[in-house]
Amino acid sequence: MVSVVLSEAEKLYIVHGVQEDLRVDGRGCEDYRCAEVETDVVSNTSGSARVKLGHTDILVGVKAEMGTPKLEKPDEGYLEFFVDCSANATPEFEGRGGEELGTELANTLYRVFSSESSVDLKSLCINPREHCWVLYVDVLLLECGGNLFDAISIAVKAALFNTRIPKVRVLEDEEGSKEIELSDDPYDCIRLNVDDVPCIVTLSKIGYRHVVDATLQEEACSLASLLISVTSKGALTSMKKVGKGSLDPESIFEMMETGKRVGKSLHIALQKTLDEEESLGTSRQKVGFLG
Amino acid sequence: MAAITMRLPVARRAVGPSAPRGGEKHLVAPGDTITTDTGYMRGHGTYVDEEKLIASVAGAVERVNKLVCVKALKARYNGEVGDIVVGRITEVQQKRWKVETNSRLDSVLLLSSVNLPGGELRRRSAEDELAMRDYLQEGDLISAEVQSVFSDGAVSLHTRSLKYGKLAQGVLVQVSPSLVKRQKTHFHDLPCGASVILGNNGFIWIYPTPEQKDEEAGGFTTNLEPVPLSDREVISRLRNCIVALVNQKLMLFDTSILYCYEASLPHQIKDILKPEVEEEIVLETRQKLLDLEG
Repeated sequence: MVSVVLSEAEKLYIVHGVQEDLRVDGRGCEDYRCAEVETDVVSNTSGSARVKLGHTDILVGVKAEMGTPKLEKPDEGYLEFFVDCSANATPEFEGRGGEELGTELANTLYRVFSSESSVDLKSLCINPREHCWVLYVDVLLLECGGNLFDAISIAVKAALFNTRIPKVRVLEDEEGSKEIELSDDPYDCIRLNVDDVPCIVTLSKIGYRHVVDATLQEEACSLASLLISVTSKGALTSMKKVGKGSLDPESIFEMMETGKRVGKSLHIALQKTLDEEESLGTSRQKVGFLG
Repeated sequence: MAAITMRLPVARRAVGPSAPRGGEKHLVAPGDTITTDTGYMRGHGTYVDEEKLIASVAGAVERVNKLVCVKALKARYNGEVGDIVVGRITEVQQKRWKVETNSRLDSVLLLSSVNLPGGELRRRSAEDELAMRDYLQEGDLISAEVQSVFSDGAVSLHTRSLKYGKLAQGVLVQVSPSLVKRQKTHFHDLPCGASVILGNNGFIWIYPTPEQKDEEAGGFTTNLEPVPLSDREVISRLRNCIVALVNQKLMLFDTSILYCYEASLPHQIKDILKPEVEEEIVLETRQKLLDLEG
C-alpha cells in the first residue's frame, strides 16, 4: 500500500482530532471528500468512467467481448477485473512494484461482485453454452491519495452504468448452424441495470473511533480497517478486514452500521450525478483530462 | 450525519490577470525561442540551438543586463544560504541526519549543527553519536536554517537557535516552493489563534501557538497534550485556506493567509475546498490584496 511517513506528534494530533470529530481538513468522521465523476472519457471502450476523490484519481474502462460461458454457469456471461497501478501515481509502482497492490484490488473486486444479485449476468448470454458477453473491466490508478477501494468501486459502478453493449441476434441456418448478426444501427444497444451493484465503503479505525474516506495521513495512523460492500438498498454483500491491528467485535458491529448508512447516501449521490450527466446528453461539455 | 457531495467536473476557467505591475511577464514553454539576438549570455533554463536562445523549462523570462534566464514556475527547492526550511528526517547516519526538503538531493543536518540539550558548548563525543536517535528519529519534522550549499546543490542545515528544532503537534501542508514569498521572517503568530511557519522549500507548518516561551526547551521537548477544539478549528481552517490559495496559484505570505482566513469565516471549514466556495474566497482575498497595494 502507498503510505506516508509521519512523526509521532503528527499522528497524535490526528488521533485526538478524530476523537473530537474534527479531522485535519475540517470534515466529520462520516464525511467524504468532494468527488468528481465523469463517464464516457475513453472513446474506444464500451463504457468508461473517471473518478477524482480528493487526490485519488481512478480511470475505469469496460470492454464487451464475445466469449464462451463458464462450464458451471452455461447461461450467464461474466466479468473480468484487472487493476493496473500506474507509475504516475507514485515511484513505488515502477516496474512490477504495483503488482501486489493491483492483484489485491482485483481480488477484492471479484469478491464484491461474486454475489449473484449484483449484476444480471443472464442478460449477458447470447447462446447458452456457446456464446456470451464477457465484460473486461480495467481499472487504472492514476494518483493515490488514500481510500483506493471506495474510489475504484464508485468508478466501476459509473463505468458499468455507461456501458453500451451492441444488440445481437442469433439466426438459425437450414443446416442448424447458428450465425450471430450485429445490428446495423450503432446506437442500438443494451444497457446494464446497475441498481444492485455494490459500492465499497472503507472504515478505518483511528484511536477509539472510525472514519470514512481516510486520506494517506489518516491511513498511516490507523492500524485496522474494515471494507464492506453495500448495495443501494443497504444490503451488505461482502466484508473484509485489512491491516495488522485487531478489531473488537462491538466496534465491527458499529462500523458495519455506519458503513450501511454511509453506503446508502453514497449510492444516492452517485445515482443523482449519473442521472444528471445522462440528462445533459450531447450538450454536456466533456472535460476529460485536459479541462 | 454523512455528507457526500458528488459532482460533474467543470473545465477550469482562466482567471483574468490582476493589474499588471511593471509590464507583462514573458512566459515561455520548453522549446520556445526567447530571442534570436546573439548578444545575450545564456543563464539557467536556456540553451543555444542554431544561434537561437531556446527555453528548456516552463516559466517566466528574467533579464539582467546581458544575462537571460528562465525561472521555472514549478521546480524542486533550490537552497540558498539563510533560507528557513521545514524538513522531515529520512535517515539517521553516523554523524548526521538526512532530511527531506523537496529538493533534488536530500539535505544534511550535521550533529555539530544542532544544539545539545541544556545548551552546553562542547565537542560532540561518541556518546552523543549513539544518542542521536533519542533526539531526532526517522519521520520527525524539524524547522532549520540553511547554513551552506554544497557544490552539487545539496543543502546543509543547522538548528543553532532556540526558535529552530523538532516540531510538535500540528499540520503540514506541502506546496510548490515558488509560491512562498520571500520575507524578513517566516515564523508568524497569526492573530486568529494559531502560528505558522512558511518554509522556503514549500513545506508549511501550522501549529497551535505555545502559551509561554520555554527558555531552555528550544525545540527538544515535544508537547503531547491534546490540543483544544477551538485551536483545532482554527488550524483546520488555515490549512484549507492555504490549500485554496495554492489551488488558485496565489503567493503565500502572512497577509494573504490572514485575508483568506477572514474571507472564509462565513463558510463551514469543510466547505472551503468546494470549487465554487474556493473561487469566491480567493477572489475576495485577491481584491483585498489589490486594495492594500493601491
